[in-house]
Amino acid sequence: MAKIAKADKGSNGFNHRSPGDMVVQVILYIITGCAALICVLPFLYVLGSSFATEKEILERSFFIIPRTFSWNAYSYIVKDGAVFRGLRNSLLVTVVGTAINMFVSCTMAYPLSRKYLKGRNFFMNMVIVIMLFGGGMVPSYLLVAQVLHLRNTFWALWLPGAMSAFNMIIIKNYFQGIPDELEEAATIDGSNDLHTFLRVMLPLSGPVLAAVSLFYAVGHWNAYFNAMMYINDQAKEVVQICLRRIIMQTSNLVDQGIDWGPWGSPPTKAVRNATTVVATVPILLVYPFIQKYFTAGVMVGSVKG
Amino acid sequence: MSNPTVAAARKQKEAPVRSLTDHSWGRALKQHYWLYIMLIPGVVWMLIFCYLPMGGLIMAFENFNPYAGTGGIISALTHSQWVGFKNFQNLFTGTDFIMLLRNTLAISFANLLIAFPAPIIFALILNELRCMWFKRTSQTLVYIPHFVSLVIVYALTVQLFNSQDGFIIKMIESVAGRGNAPNIMGSPSYFVPLILGQNLWKETGYGTIIYLAALAGVDPQLYEAARIDGAGRWNLMWHVTLPAIKGTIVIMLIMRVGALLNTGYEQIFLLRNAMNAEVAEVFDTYVYLKGVSGGQYSIATTAGLFKSVVSLIMVLGANKIAKLLGESGLY
Repeated sequence: MAKIAKADKGSNGFNHRSPGDMVVQVILYIITGCAALICVLPFLYVLGSSFATEKEILERSFFIIPRTFSWNAYSYIVKDGAVFRGLRNSLLVTVVGTAINMFVSCTMAYPLSRKYLKGRNFFMNMVIVIMLFGGGMVPSYLLVAQVLHLRNTFWALWLPGAMSAFNMIIIKNYFQGIPDELEEAATIDGSNDLHTFLRVMLPLSGPVLAAVSLFYAVGHWNAYFNAMMYINDQAKEVVQICLRRIIMQTSNLVDQGIDWGPWGSPPTKAVRNATTVVATVPILLVYPFIQKYFTAGVMVGSVKG
Repeated sequence: MSNPTVAAARKQKEAPVRSLTDHSWGRALKQHYWLYIMLIPGVVWMLIFCYLPMGGLIMAFENFNPYAGTGGIISALTHSQWVGFKNFQNLFTGTDFIMLLRNTLAISFANLLIAFPAPIIFALILNELRCMWFKRTSQTLVYIPHFVSLVIVYALTVQLFNSQDGFIIKMIESVAGRGNAPNIMGSPSYFVPLILGQNLWKETGYGTIIYLAALAGVDPQLYEAARIDGAGRWNLMWHVTLPAIKGTIVIMLIMRVGALLNTGYEQIFLLRNAMNAEVAEVFDTYVYLKGVSGGQYSIATTAGLFKSVVSLIMVLGANKIAKLLGESGLY
């Protein structure tokens, strides 16, 4: 009985039973359902049309499931190889970049989380200033390209964003929330600050470290602007740049007089769609894992301190 | 009193007591040297990649010539001709400035008025749903767009709206007839709606998380009490739910207002093309095109500095106002 009574109530405890409320409920379900549909429909269309023939894409009215099923676009991008090279480069950029991010953020966060640290306010203010103000794009560009000469190296993608003040503060707040007694106990047992950090604090911070790593990793994977500014070498092209290039090329691929082998003419629209699919799949594969920690991370981040 | 041994003994007794309250740097460094060593990577990084570029802002007050001096950017910075506020004068009186301001504000206000409240409304809707599996599934689906890159969002936009084979364009044509669909990707009047649409699609779902968290923290007893007092659905929402998430809304609003001139360049740069450039040029793209691609470092830095200063004033101002209104603010 109690269970039924509970089920009858909305999350705000309001008892919806009048016909008017039923109508409102139905409308809310329809709105939510439509929103969910709108979020996935573009992906389905791109997936469907990547298997369509060029002719069908250009001539048939809107569709999601192609009439004639074709692998041409995928054989083309496998043969071309650019998008897979892009995926490899992006993976490298993401893994190393995230490792650098986490190293700099954690080593910064732990001292700042210790209330007794002399000079803590000074260092904290240094962090707050960079959150509010910066040199902007041109000085940063000149620094990376002309002073440090990092152009056409992945360091140009790793170093300028090696730490996000926001993410660092999330970790710092989490360290602050760990009971002081644990640190005291470790100190009494003869542990120095480094040991306490590595053996006590980090192992206790699993959820926040996972969440922040994912913030950083998704950021690296999705970034394209720095790669566009600093990397011209096609061998170092990341997947986002590759996708952008292919979209921009699809409109004039036909005119370039390239020998397209067995396909006669390039499957341009389908290639564009297939490239989008290949570039999207990795993030969707890790999505279920990401979602859990990201959601948790947003909660952690919303706690001020 | 004059007995030296007593004085010495007293001194000895005092010494450890004093050292407990003695917060000298030497002692702090000796006791917690690891903490200071750990600070090094982050502090060095901030100095090089955040504070050094701030020094580069001198360019805004110079007629910067990268080849001035004995070679290298640092030397060029110190040897370029100092022009004071002349770059700012040129920026404010130039024809570009009004256009940049208008385009930037058009995009920002569209986002502020529509993309900002959207997740709040959607969170309130989700909060009313009783069927848990439906709610969970919907949430999983609407969060997805947040995780794909802007390039993919752009790719999807092209595939839905390009005039040759766009899905939506074909839908319109199937009703209006072939060739009667508007050229959405290549016309100035659709640029802001496209940006807004991308933002709504990408961030509305994910934006609900923070509000749903605030909503989950509302004490159910408040609802019960209000219900006993005869409150209906709308009264509950207006008098219980909204006040409960007011603090979160204010914080998100402060961040939004502070970023009013930061339309971001990644998204706009992708959608921008020869046909819609007149409405797509904002401060961020201007800085990139003038400075990084065009090599006009001084004027680009000036535009960037103007934007940063205005943003800083706005975020501090919004924070102040929030505090005056009794909210907790950002810091």
